Amino acid sequence: MSTNVNHAPLEYQTEHNQMSILGFWIFLAAEVVLFSTLFATYAVLFGRTADAPTPSELFELDIVLVMTFLLLTSSFTCGIAIHQMRHGSNKGLITWMIITLALGLGFLGFEVYEFIHYSHEGATLPSSAYWSSFYVLAGTHGLHVTLGIGWAILLLIQLFKKGITKVTSRKVFIISLYWHFLDVIWIFIFTSVYLIGMVV
Amino acid sequence: MSNQTKRIPTHHIIGFVLSILLTILAAWTTIGSDLSTNWIITIIMLLAVIQAGIQLIMFMHIVEPESKNGHVPWNMMFHGFVTASIVVAGSIFVMVYAF
Repeated sequence: MSTNVNHAPLEYQTEHNQMSILGFWIFLAAEVVLFSTLFATYAVLFGRTADAPTPSELFELDIVLVMTFLLLTSSFTCGIAIHQMRHGSNKGLITWMIITLALGLGFLGFEVYEFIHYSHEGATLPSSAYWSSFYVLAGTHGLHVTLGIGWAILLLIQLFKKGITKVTSRKVFIISLYWHFLDVIWIFIFTSVYLIGMVV
Repeated sequence: MSNQTKRIPTHHIIGFVLSILLTILAAWTTIGSDLSTNWIITIIMLLAVIQAGIQLIMFMHIVEPESKNGHVPWNMMFHGFVTASIVVAGSIFVMVYAF
């Protein structure tokens, strides 16, 4: 399959690994379409807040910017983790993955705080069509982050036990794609939900 | 890719700095500029697409030689995003403008 197998990074060295990575790209493309249905629902129901507060009354730029930078930085540190892995440093890989997870947990903490804050202000899941679509869209992203953290913890256990092998490097590379992808989705939530919600 | 031999992950640092700049620019456009709402939405959506592209290229190694220069991942993501755009734009077109 590959012409320069010996020079390729560890995670690409078997055909099985190459196919796994390719399959994960197909999964990510399907995830893009999954999120597009949620974005479409959100866009269509925009403004249908009924008696609940409007988004421009509740959204605050500072907390959203903090969340954005937390997730963006975690995406960066995850990239550094893969860089360390390609230099064969298991210790570096584990350290940067733990930093990534800590930043991801920070993001989740702010999101939970944000949801609790909104619900105290009277914007809950059943209060209007708009807020239903908001919580489902942002919540699905938050659920993905939560799953990603659980998945990464399981992989860290494998890295502690087995070190960097062809199998573990492939698994770590795939979760790095997943983690960067969550940041890609967040860019669109940040822009089309929060920023547009503040100006319209 | 060059990342394998370099000690310093140049791609990641450039991507990170660009992403931060684009995020700040989008936030400033929203709250700091005097543009009309339509222009703001157009500009920040464009900035989001650029930032997503930076993530794919700088962070996700989409065009590495090992993934056959990324032909298949590009195809996947391109078609995913095209389908997503059609779903979102089509829904807004039908439901909001009531065609």
